[in-house]
Amino acid sequence: MKVESNKLGMALFVASEAFFFSLLILAYLYFQTASGGTRVAHNQLDPLTTGAFSLCLIGSSLTIWLAGRSARQGSNQRAAMWVILTVLLGLVFLAGQGMEWSRLLGSGVTMAQGLFGTTFFTLTGFHGLHVLIGLLALSIFIGLSFSSHGSAPKPGTLEVLSLYWHFVDVVWIVIFSVIYLRLVFA
Amino acid sequence: MSDTALVPESHEALPRISAAGGLLSWIASVDHKQIGIMYLLISLFFFGVGGIESLLMRIQLAQPGEHFLSPQEYNQIFTMHGTTMIFLVVMPLLIGFSTYLVPLMIGARDMAFPRLNALSFWLLVFGGFLLYYSFIDGGAPATGWFSYAPLSESAYSTSKGVSYWALGLLAVGTGTLATAINLMVTIINLRVKGMTLRRVPLFVWMVLVNGFIILFAMPPLNASLIMLLGDRLLGAHFFTAAGGGSPILWQHYFWAFGHPEVYIMILPAWGMISEIIPVFSRKPIFGYEFVAGSSVAIAVLSFAVYAHHMFVVGLGHPFDAAFSLASLTIAVPTGVKIFNWIATMWGGKIRFKTPMLFATAFLVLFTIGGISGVTFAMVPIDWQTTDTYYVVAHFHYVLFGGTLFGVFAGLYYWFPKITGKLLSERLGKWHFWLTLIGFNLTFFVQHLLGLAGMARRVYTYPNFPGWGDMNLISTVGAFVLAIATLVLVWNLIVSLRRGQSAGDNPWEAWTLEWATSSPPPVHNFDSVPPVRGRRPLWDLAHPDQADEMSPARAGGTNA
Repeated sequence: MKVESNKLGMALFVASEAFFFSLLILAYLYFQTASGGTRVAHNQLDPLTTGAFSLCLIGSSLTIWLAGRSARQGSNQRAAMWVILTVLLGLVFLAGQGMEWSRLLGSGVTMAQGLFGTTFFTLTGFHGLHVLIGLLALSIFIGLSFSSHGSAPKPGTLEVLSLYWHFVDVVWIVIFSVIYLRLVFA
Repeated sequence: MSDTALVPESHEALPRISAAGGLLSWIASVDHKQIGIMYLLISLFFFGVGGIESLLMRIQLAQPGEHFLSPQEYNQIFTMHGTTMIFLVVMPLLIGFSTYLVPLMIGARDMAFPRLNALSFWLLVFGGFLLYYSFIDGGAPATGWFSYAPLSESAYSTSKGVSYWALGLLAVGTGTLATAINLMVTIINLRVKGMTLRRVPLFVWMVLVNGFIILFAMPPLNASLIMLLGDRLLGAHFFTAAGGGSPILWQHYFWAFGHPEVYIMILPAWGMISEIIPVFSRKPIFGYEFVAGSSVAIAVLSFAVYAHHMFVVGLGHPFDAAFSLASLTIAVPTGVKIFNWIATMWGGKIRFKTPMLFATAFLVLFTIGGISGVTFAMVPIDWQTTDTYYVVAHFHYVLFGGTLFGVFAGLYYWFPKITGKLLSERLGKWHFWLTLIGFNLTFFVQHLLGLAGMARRVYTYPNFPGWGDMNLISTVGAFVLAIATLVLVWNLIVSLRRGQSAGDNPWEAWTLEWATSSPPPVHNFDSVPPVRGRRPLWDLAHPDQADEMSPARAGGTNA
């Protein structure tokens, strides 16, 4: 029962990152309950729009799983196509986040404006950064898949990337629940 | 089944011998031995820098009311001393030894991720220089190594020092996290056939447990650092009370890292002691399982004790009581190990070579530091002694008397393996006695000064009876320590040039790193002796008296 080294390393990294995000989420919740931040969140956030973009990220977990399945069936070209779709869905999610950020910044909600901005931008910003890093890694994977120089990604690479990508997705589900769904049910 | 175990091949290319030689072969290296040596060298460099900083402080404090340093300079220097010694000396020293030794001890060719290993090291170098660049760009941080908010906020720390501090530590911390993952995967996946987790050397056990602590101690540090940077650079309000933030949150997050950090800085030293004491007592370690198991207990508990750094905050009695209890509890698994080491020495044929001298002194000094540590778990005593020199005395007994004595023991022990040359015993004994005397002169009186109420982190002190004398003793001790360190450096240089040739196994030790040549070849081993117990080289030399270890006890014979 030996876990392959790359996968084990990624699993350990993900465990550490999970704790990192827990601390940022904890800070968000702490300041939301300790101050009037909930009101700002209520006035400024749009759970429906962000929810729609969130579906893209959740969908991308499905597409990367399909990519892994294709790779296991030996169809590397089809796997690469699924990864391309994953990247596109990730890009749509990031675009959605960018639109939300510019809307918030436009209406005066910034890091410096108050505790809501401080915690919201830090939390979603760090998640966005993780999405971006994942997209870069997946793009490199795509590039290598189509390169003709014999540098095709090793088997198992996609599994390691999937682990990271699913993690980024799960973190978003938690963040979405904590920030947006709380507003819906509040 | 063949007796010679096959070394698991590393899945990344080993450095080519043709590239060996010249500076580039070091800078571009992904070899765990070269990277380990570079860790040790950079730590030694920063040990000199941090040591000079401590001498500057001791000159300022030699007598009451001196003006050798201004208060501002003093604050910068004590902050840099603490930060340097923790992040750029003790941690890299331990990581350096881990990086060098773990693959050799488990019979592997290299780390699981050699390139990541190099990245970790260069992140440390980058972070260290980033931190020190603050001196050039407007002044070093002056907030202590713990950078309490709101003092560390831009309203009170107007220079860029704290931002450099935070960025530097982010780089260093990220590198440390990567190394921890690398070491853990190496230990879990690359052990040679027969090297079960119940047979690995205890040093490897400690590194593995340490990996888990690092994995969950770095996130709170990174989180607090990015929050502080947000406050300072983007006007966020995490820790500014005026903006509704909470300065106490900094303390929670920082100490959620800071206390596990204390164990990160001692576990590998315990591992070294657990290797050295058996070899120089000519006995196997007493209670292997207890040394390993108590470390796991410590790793778990280390996350439940951090708020004993915060008893003066006023978090409430239930809170204080819970953390007091946990902090008292963690002394138990720590004490277990002390008895393991004493019992290993008991009745042994002890050879007091320099490594063993340092290891023996470690037992005494670390116990003193441990006992003064337990006193802080008692809330009223903590209220009385917090922020005094009693605290300074305590953590120097643990970090210097403990970790550094362990590291010195390890340096004398493994230097022959690393270089092929023995360190001079004569200079080694000079180094040992000067260090022992200098250390106790410097720090023992600080217990008394602290109990008398002398505040730490202040550039001078009132002329109370005895305070000037005791501080003078401390300053003299610091200079004795400086001389001791010069003896060490001299020993390193002289022994490297004309030291006695070491041979493969100068100490008649039993673990796998001694089965290869000194220094080991790039690929570490040509062949590895069969591993059927915890002391493969003993079993090889004394097949009739091999350590009794049935497959069932050793947890199976699987690779």
